[in-house]
Amino acid sequence: MFSLEGITNFIHEWLNSHLSAIFALLAEFVLVGVAAIGLFAFLGLVLVWMERKVAAVMQLRLGPNRLGPKGIFQTSADTLKLIMKEALTPDNADKLLFNLAPFVVIIVAMLILAPISFAKNFQIWDINIGVLYVTAISSLSVIGVLMAGWSSGNKYSLLGAMRSGAQIVSYELSAGLSILTIIVLTGSLKISDIVASQENGWWIFKGHIPAIIAFVIFIIASTAETNRAPFDLAEAESELTAGFHTEYGGMKFALFFLAEYINIFIVCAIGATLFLGGWMPFHIGHWVAFNHIMDYIPSSFWFFGKTGFLIFLIMWFRWTFPRLRIDQLLNLEWKYLLPISMFNLLLMSVMAIMGWYF
Amino acid sequence: MFLKEYFLDIYKATKSLLTGMKLTGYYFTHHKEILTEEYPENRKNLQLAERFRGEVIMPHDANNEHTCTGCSSCEIACPNGSIKIISKFDITPEGKKKKAIDQHIYHLELCTMCGLCVEACPTDAIKMANTFEHSVFNRNHLIKRLNKPGSKIREGIEE
Ligand code: SF4
Ligand code: SF4
Repeated sequence: MFSLEGITNFIHEWLNSHLSAIFALLAEFVLVGVAAIGLFAFLGLVLVWMERKVAAVMQLRLGPNRLGPKGIFQTSADTLKLIMKEALTPDNADKLLFNLAPFVVIIVAMLILAPISFAKNFQIWDINIGVLYVTAISSLSVIGVLMAGWSSGNKYSLLGAMRSGAQIVSYELSAGLSILTIIVLTGSLKISDIVASQENGWWIFKGHIPAIIAFVIFIIASTAETNRAPFDLAEAESELTAGFHTEYGGMKFALFFLAEYINIFIVCAIGATLFLGGWMPFHIGHWVAFNHIMDYIPSSFWFFGKTGFLIFLIMWFRWTFPRLRIDQLLNLEWKYLLPISMFNLLLMSVMAIMGWYF
Repeated sequence: MFLKEYFLDIYKATKSLLTGMKLTGYYFTHHKEILTEEYPENRKNLQLAERFRGEVIMPHDANNEHTCTGCSSCEIACPNGSIKIISKFDITPEGKKKKAIDQHIYHLELCTMCGLCVEACPTDAIKMANTFEHSVFNRNHLIKRLNKPGSKIREGIEE
């Protein structure tokens, strides 16, 4: 049976039998780095293509359809174009911050990758405060955005960055609270424990209505945190001409663009881990035979399937809903999502104490 | 009271969002709804809308007759000066002089396909065709004479 665990174990043993322990460890670091960058490039190419296709079909168009079958190589050609373009720095920009910002954004995205469990026993770093680490690091990406907006020396960029700041700071609250709702059930912040606790059913099914409410709030909040429509007023192409990255071109622009898609992947991966069982196959209580059949599908397929489904859901939102105004955006968070998720957390705690869940 | 409105708001918002998602979801799963025409591939069976305006033409019937009287209304109506009417004087059998069209010159390269000339024509002599592949290497080819050589006005149009 195909499993990523087997591949990593094989590499680990091979390296240790050919190199001394310290060099084997170094070689593994390098391999992990290469794998992460490879994953980024792959995600960037595939998700952008997927987004364009989904958007096209929802708007009764065909989307990219010339380069390769169904236009699959279109994004590679676009990347090639972006690499060859000049990366301009405007005259009245703060040169250091301006050039640093795209890297801050992408490095933050890379850091969050560490505790995500892609398949059974396939994880870069199984830290015991995994979920806390993810929420903490993901708030750093706003610094990159603010940096970009501030240093561009352009009022539209500044407005976009400020909006993005207000948005991320507010929506982090309800995202955090909805994550907490599940943490109350699992009793652990460690990603591998959270996945293991869903052995006999995913939390979205086991946790009844509060888990579903938490899931919906998490999806809304994470859409807002990734600055995507209907919450894309940081970019707002029509009024702010792309907001904080107006002044960027070439590869520096591509990094922002890539970071957006990586962040989508990451929030969807977190959502899948917390609510849909991560790499855990679809299990129903004590149906041993059924559970056994489900186990034959490799765990990496489950993980990427669930994440892909959530990504599709977020794309579906983007191409259906109109953009919110800034006051509506803040109203939604502070008047609706936050009170509801607080109440929901309370409800879930009561349920967890009384043991009213499967 | 306040709580009722609060939850009603949430209910209404959710409902309207789901309605929108239902429609886009329907489009996503029903690919036959796609409107895009893949032009060079479907050139043979391309269906253009009736009202598509590609160029001005003057229809001629089987006897090489048209209905243009040479009145110049189209020339006056055209905002771009794309039409030039060159008229001549025929001698009728009774010996009277009568104005008639000699050449109806149409500059396709100046035309914006507004259709005002077609509106202005009192005898419906010209209409918009839906041909659109107009590229040529020499722009003189875009200056067209709409009435065919040797054609004449159909009997009974001028009464
Ligand atoms: S379509 Fe408009 S621009 Fe073209 S010839 Fe007629 S009046 Fe002139
Ligand atoms: S085409 Fe119509 S408007 Fe133009 S000269 Fe002939 S009859 Fe008059």
